[in-house]
Amino acid sequence: MPALGADMESGTVTEWLVEPGGEVRKGDVVAVVETHKGAIEVEIFEEGVIAELVAKEGDEVPVGGVLARLAKPGEELEMREEPEAAEEQGATTKPGPAEKAPAVEEPPKIAPPSRPKAEPPRPEVPAAAARPAAETRAKVSPAARRRAAEIGIDPETLEGTGIDGSVTLADIEAAGHRAPAARPKTAKGKPDKARGSFDPIEMRQAIAAAMSRSKREIPHYYLTIIIDMGRAQGWLEDYNRERPPEERLLPAVLPLKATALALKQVPQLNGFWEDGQVARADRVNIGWAIALRGGGLIAPAIRDVDTLSPSDLMAALRDVVARARSGGLRSSELTDPTFTITSLGERGADSVIGVIYPPQVAILGLGRVSERPWVANGRVVARPLMVASLSGDHRASDGHTGGLFLSALDRLLQEPDAL
Amino acid sequence: MTEEEVRQLACELLSDIAPDTDPSALSGKEDIREALDIDSMDFLNFVIALNKRTGVAIPEEDYPELFTMDDIVAYVQR
Amino acid sequence: MRAAEQLAQGLRMTYREACRQAIREALNDDPRAFLMGEDVGLYGGCYAVTKGLLEEFGPERIRDTPLAESAFVGAGIGAALAGMRPIVEIMTCNFSLLALDQIMNNAATIPHMSGGQFAVPLVIRMATGAGRQLAAQHSHSLEGWYAHIPGLKVLAPGTVEDARYMLKPALADPNPVLIFEHIVLYNAEDELDPAVTSVDISSAKVRREGRDVTILTYGNSLPKSLEAAETLAGEGIEAEVVDLRVLRPLDDATIFDSVTRTRRCVIVDEGWKSGSISAEIGARLVEERFFELDAPLRRVCSREVPIPYAGHLEEAALPQLPQIVEAARSLMGRK
Repeated sequence: MPALGADMESGTVTEWLVEPGGEVRKGDVVAVVETHKGAIEVEIFEEGVIAELVAKEGDEVPVGGVLARLAKPGEELEMREEPEAAEEQGATTKPGPAEKAPAVEEPPKIAPPSRPKAEPPRPEVPAAAARPAAETRAKVSPAARRRAAEIGIDPETLEGTGIDGSVTLADIEAAGHRAPAARPKTAKGKPDKARGSFDPIEMRQAIAAAMSRSKREIPHYYLTIIIDMGRAQGWLEDYNRERPPEERLLPAVLPLKATALALKQVPQLNGFWEDGQVARADRVNIGWAIALRGGGLIAPAIRDVDTLSPSDLMAALRDVVARARSGGLRSSELTDPTFTITSLGERGADSVIGVIYPPQVAILGLGRVSERPWVANGRVVARPLMVASLSGDHRASDGHTGGLFLSALDRLLQEPDAL
Repeated sequence: MTEEEVRQLACELLSDIAPDTDPSALSGKEDIREALDIDSMDFLNFVIALNKRTGVAIPEEDYPELFTMDDIVAYVQR
Repeated sequence: MRAAEQLAQGLRMTYREACRQAIREALNDDPRAFLMGEDVGLYGGCYAVTKGLLEEFGPERIRDTPLAESAFVGAGIGAALAGMRPIVEIMTCNFSLLALDQIMNNAATIPHMSGGQFAVPLVIRMATGAGRQLAAQHSHSLEGWYAHIPGLKVLAPGTVEDARYMLKPALADPNPVLIFEHIVLYNAEDELDPAVTSVDISSAKVRREGRDVTILTYGNSLPKSLEAAETLAGEGIEAEVVDLRVLRPLDDATIFDSVTRTRRCVIVDEGWKSGSISAEIGARLVEERFFELDAPLRRVCSREVPIPYAGHLEEAALPQLPQIVEAARSLMGRK
């Protein structure tokens, strides 16, 4: 079960799209998983033959849990009985201890599959989330367990640094700074929701978690710039005038492309804060914040924005928005963004100062474009202006860097032909 | 198309875009973007669909003439 | 002149000398006090603790006894009941088993059985522990056993200071008090703090402060644990060393306080693990401070074998510095 974002704890398998014996290739969608972000298509990152579907449809599987076994090309399909695995299994299938855990509420977990383990199909998830399946009860020190209960963290999702890899008090405190209170339990969550629907309560909790973590952990700095959108709008009007509606571009396309190019010039803002340092991303995958009907928010990646022409970018944007709203996002789209843009659109506010989505290191907020007085060549003129606001992670970059980015963005939007 | 036909078509198209709403309950003068919480992508999709179903060319500068149900009817019938 | 006097008075002394000074003080302070035991008089004590006391106090108050532990411990109990303040020396705790009935069935129970009418203000001193190649029958650490018995107080001085000052409050206590003097410590030497003239026999004592891990210990394991703490400090691990001193009644408050701060605990006990004082402390921690623990408990105890005679085997059987260091280190996880 891949972690589709820092805030995901488990997912429910709603549909298998492969069968045992079926061949899969890297990038194939193998299953649909229900998460608080709605139904997500899970991709596989290895080539081979499905040996066994370990999780059944309807099973809730914790992040890192085994969904299926994959045999590598050429590998025998037979299940290999690994004595260690069997032994471990024998020791852990008893339901007793976990249920009698002292004084700590644990999220309900589906019983581990009572079959020999195998390597999971190794989803490309952050290392911390890729803990082995929760087939044994995680080692959590009593002090850590109590503290975790106090601040509402599931200690079993953490990687322990204590003796025998146990989760210690220090790990909980560190996680408490990283991630805020886990979601309170809600009394529903049946996997019978229509595909594409999402649980607004769960999503609210997930947003709350991510944003609280961001504000607690990330020292934001904020910069704004007012950009004259006259040329960009003029270019867009010319472009759209000649085209039928389905070929027209939305105004968002130009700032999106300009942002990607500006990030190529200022790569310090494109990447992640990991293990106390910046990890710059090679690609520019921009998370585009999409408001969902019913009150959700999701920011799937539009990949390699810097390489897309405006029309390709419009197609990508249309595709991702449609799928975000119909529940067809793929797992990698949720974990790929290297930078996020939030735009409240033409009816939104004059400016939006975003909250960084961890572990990213910056977010750009685009206000609406509106006609305002502007001084050009010593004269006051009416121009369509847009306030662009950058929120940067001060651990990862400084205001100077942010300023270079915003001025690059401005410059690029003054030459729409080059976009 | 009659006024009623246009109104029905508009309601159908908007329902596809905003399935959780009831466009037929809108008054003729309400801004559909506000009332149905429709963003620019939704609106563009509405324009595309309206163009396909009615054959009416809708240049971008005319978008503001499609913000209410009454306006939509008037525009298509023009 | 004054400093030279103090030196002459012997502020720097051995653990053995401290025990002797304590007895001298007791006999000088209280005419009811007397010492008896095997070879305490003419021979000057098996470990030479009582050397010179016969000459100083005479045979009335320094009494050699037959080799009959049950008899002379019983006599001591009788003397205590009759209002004396006897100090009974049992040569080593190994032989105390011969007097177990007197200690357990009489000394420990009479105050209770008499409804509090009789006190037993008896002090029994005995040598304990291994480390001097005395082989299996002479190397026991039985203080943990005696700590099992309600009605007794069990002391284990691990420093020269405690050896010097514990006897007085022990004699003043209306209950029978057992003092376990470790045979390896007799030669330990230290400077007494002139400002300290008494110690209590109710509390454990933090001998070294630290934030990362608590080492609970007593007796001859104390200097080993302090040395271990020094080694650990070199690795950035701050160990707190708590000298239990009083094995019965255990000073839960000091123990709990320390472990609540460090959340990790190593218990070092020269007794065997099974059914030991270390087991008791571990159980109390789990019962009372379970949620404070951030790591499993660790114990460094003697191997569960009769203590060997051969030097290298004896050394291997007892708690040693490397095991204490490793036990503490292991609790720190990967830092």
